[in-house]
Amino acid sequence: MTTQDLLVIDNLIKHYDGLLATDDLSLTVRKGELHAIIGPNGAGKTTLIKQLTGEIPSDGGLVSFAGKNIKRLSEPARSHIGIARSFQITSLFQDFTVLENVCLAVQAHNGHSFRFWKKINDDTTLTDPARAILRQMGLEERADTATAALSHGEQRQLEIAVALATKPRLLLLDEPMAGMSREDSEKLVEQLNELKQHYTILLIEHDMDAVFSLADRISVLVYGRAVATGTPDEIRNNEEVRQAYLGEEA
Amino acid sequence: MSLTPRQMINAALLVILALLPFLTDWAGDSFYTGLVARILILAIAALSLNLLIGYGGMVSFGHAAFIGVGAYVVGIGAFHAFEDGIDWMLNGYIQLILAIFGTAFIALIIGAISLRTRGVYFIMITMAFSQMLYFTAVGVETYGADDGLSIYSRSDMLGLIDLNDEKSLYYLIFFSLLVVLYLMHRLVGSAFGNVIRGSKSNEARMRAIGFSPYKYRLTAFVIAGAIAGYAGFLMANLNDFVSPDVMHWTRSGDLIIMILLGGMASLFGPLYGALAFLMLEELLSSIPLTIGGLRVGEYWQLLFGPLLILVVLYARNGVDSFLPGARKSP
Repeated sequence: MTTQDLLVIDNLIKHYDGLLATDDLSLTVRKGELHAIIGPNGAGKTTLIKQLTGEIPSDGGLVSFAGKNIKRLSEPARSHIGIARSFQITSLFQDFTVLENVCLAVQAHNGHSFRFWKKINDDTTLTDPARAILRQMGLEERADTATAALSHGEQRQLEIAVALATKPRLLLLDEPMAGMSREDSEKLVEQLNELKQHYTILLIEHDMDAVFSLADRISVLVYGRAVATGTPDEIRNNEEVRQAYLGEEA
Repeated sequence: MSLTPRQMINAALLVILALLPFLTDWAGDSFYTGLVARILILAIAALSLNLLIGYGGMVSFGHAAFIGVGAYVVGIGAFHAFEDGIDWMLNGYIQLILAIFGTAFIALIIGAISLRTRGVYFIMITMAFSQMLYFTAVGVETYGADDGLSIYSRSDMLGLIDLNDEKSLYYLIFFSLLVVLYLMHRLVGSAFGNVIRGSKSNEARMRAIGFSPYKYRLTAFVIAGAIAGYAGFLMANLNDFVSPDVMHWTRSGDLIIMILLGGMASLFGPLYGALAFLMLEELLSSIPLTIGGLRVGEYWQLLFGPLLILVVLYARNGVDSFLPGARKSP
């Protein structure tokens, strides 16, 4: 590996009762790039994200982040070294306001929370960064809205805002555009374009227009294996990929 | 400072409770002071349990055991002071420290194990632990086994407050309630409370953003246990009696019913719930109607059950949903 590599996945394995969800998968995410992963349904994309965040244990292989083996780190510990994820199926604090959702994520990275007395609501060390992130995602006007009252598109944006609030060095985005209207996803593509200036991003997405316009590199996952990795042009012209995946749609 | 209608109702309730001993004096019937004192003690315990259930989503089904432990500290202290002449065991401050820290320690052990489980398993395991404490109390002959233990001497507060005076005891209970209400208010709104509520709302996301909910939940469990232990200290002094019955799992169920009746989404809910629960018990069991030789009042639970079902079905936040400015039921 080189110093440019932020995340190195080496021969990663995960099986569920004989089904190989992740089959000897190797790939590398370079510092500063937006690396997209595409692949048909059931290719093991979300499984990979869960292995990277530590939500599920791996059955073999190696994951190193910023040069360190992170195999033994718990999910919360991985958040603290800078790995953040968004969820494919929106996973927010529905009974909290929009601002409170982001504040809670800021709080997680603002020292321990064994503070029993001081009011959290007017703690500007939480609300200031949280509002800045909401502004970045275009949600600042919705700050005091109940999360459950947001539109689907807004919830998807908040999903990313919560991940950003953990000050990540690597952002794992699991189908951020899932279920979004044309209009909303175009807006999100613009925002992701802005985000990729500041963050290293691993993006899983089914929207091919979005992937090919955003990605610096693309890996194609089929049955838990990376069958190809390359620039959008290389992937578009790769014969194997066309057969395995793009061919079905093209 | 202007109060919302809801805050005015809450404040009015507290004022009535503050004046109660004088109101009953004036009415010439001090029975109700004792009844309300009992309600307030249970309200303190229900408030502490609501930190777990209402705010933390941890349905602990053994909370009454902590009340029992606190009460037995007073009972056992009085027993040895009376039988063996060990005077320091009657010292209210020593009893208080033992009741609070003793229950905190027991809650730490029970919580450390129980909180590794979720849902129905958590309910069952907390109930199992409380039953272990219940049967321990039943088994100890020295302290009266299942007949219980009469307390011949209330905690000696060394002249600061005389617990033998019913009014003084009532005000100690009332001020304890105020303190616990304020404590809960601060706790829920603090960084710690935020983690507890977030872990109820979405544990998967909590872990993803970097929280390990376990240690926070365990802390909440210990705090709630210690407050219930304190309620037990008050309970023993009020009743002059303690028996294993206070620890039985059905007593823990009563506390949960109080929370359901009062509304678990609000600070004052458990207080309203405790009031509603014991008032209804008092009211329904004194129905003078007799059908076929059976006094209806004796089977008050037959009426209470359907009422509870109605509350759960149509007023998810109990009494709280009838107060102005109620949050919509989830």
